[in-house]
Amino acid sequence: MADKLHFNLVSPERQLMSADVDEVDIPGTEGWIGVLPNHAPLMTTLAPGMLRIKNGAEESRIFVRGGFAEISPSGLTILAEEAMPAAELDAAAIAQRIKDAEEDFADADTDEKKLNAQQGLDRLKELQAAL
Amino acid sequence: MTNLKDLKTRIGSVKSTQKITKAKQMVAAAKLRRAEERATDARPYTERMEMVLANLAAGSEGNPNAPKLLAGTGKQETHLLIVATADKGLCGGFNSSIVRLAREHITRLQGEGKKIKIIAVGRKGDDQLKRLYGNLIIWKTNFLEVKQIGFAQASEIAEKVLFMFDAGEFDVATLFYGKFKNVMTQTPTPQQIIPAIAPEGVEAPDLRGAVYDYEPDEAEILTALLPRYVGVQIFRALLENVASEQAASMTAMDNATRNAGEMIEKLNLQYNRARQAQITTELIEIIAGAEAL
Repeated sequence: MADKLHFNLVSPERQLMSADVDEVDIPGTEGWIGVLPNHAPLMTTLAPGMLRIKNGAEESRIFVRGGFAEISPSGLTILAEEAMPAAELDAAAIAQRIKDAEEDFADADTDEKKLNAQQGLDRLKELQAAL
Repeated sequence: MTNLKDLKTRIGSVKSTQKITKAKQMVAAAKLRRAEERATDARPYTERMEMVLANLAAGSEGNPNAPKLLAGTGKQETHLLIVATADKGLCGGFNSSIVRLAREHITRLQGEGKKIKIIAVGRKGDDQLKRLYGNLIIWKTNFLEVKQIGFAQASEIAEKVLFMFDAGEFDVATLFYGKFKNVMTQTPTPQQIIPAIAPEGVEAPDLRGAVYDYEPDEAEILTALLPRYVGVQIFRALLENVASEQAASMTAMDNATRNAGEMIEKLNLQYNRARQAQITTELIEIIAGAEAL
């Protein structure tokens, strides 16, 4: 059997997914990361975006907003602040999040925070365009 | 005569009390199952989070630039106590035992000359605390309007706490809640959340000799992680509290139902005796009357 990546997706309220898959693409704050089995240990923060989970011919997409990804030899764990399957995501939900992000941006008092908020906002807008 | 009627009324009232306690017990049992499930569902996130934090904390030990949420402010002057209790009663000593634990801490800390601030989460705890420490309670909240406690409620409290910490309003924050062990046992537990203590017994994952890469760097991840960690700890405490409350309520109501049953039995016996005594007296009177003729 070919190597599989053990993938866990957990949100504060429940464990959303625990499976062995081929590849997961995650939206890191500094760019997309494609995680294959036996990836080097890595820890990164997440930007709002779609997780792409590939297993054989199947591909599923899950929207995550904020959180962390941790890659260790035992697999990939995503601690998402909020997560929902792409199918449940609609334009209204995205619009609401964009509004929240715009408020964050307005509230940001340092350049760094502003930058972070701006990045989050950009990602969301990208997502809205893609939908 | 009046005695008989009194007894009957009392039996009636104990019976209706028993009905209430029985109903409450069943409601608690149903809610307990759900609450327990939610507490278990939330566990993987907390555990992972603790693992990641333990990992990062070990790396930044002794670093003078470590975030204050981890290293502390360097003082221990002002203590913030977050006392989480239930909003409703009818759950035995659950609320009182948490408040008692908090009170012991307050007395001890005050004895050491520290300043105390209290955040009261849950109505019952607030009711009990404000009598003694009304002026120390700086903020209070309850979930009477909330059907199911979610992460949003926990974040709200966490935000408040973090805001105060940033403003330098306290040095150490401790959370008090009822830890859910099983249906019979719930232990009131104090847990220090600021500065964050990496939980014991959490092992870092085996990296087989490799080291973590960080994106962005370690310090930034730690800065992003710590506030979230506070939120997660509060969320966990709230969920455990709900489960504990329902378990305590179930046990308390079970006892109450049983006590009411015993009382009804006793009263019934008394009632029957009194009735028999009355009949006997009446018979004696009739016989005595007949004999007198």
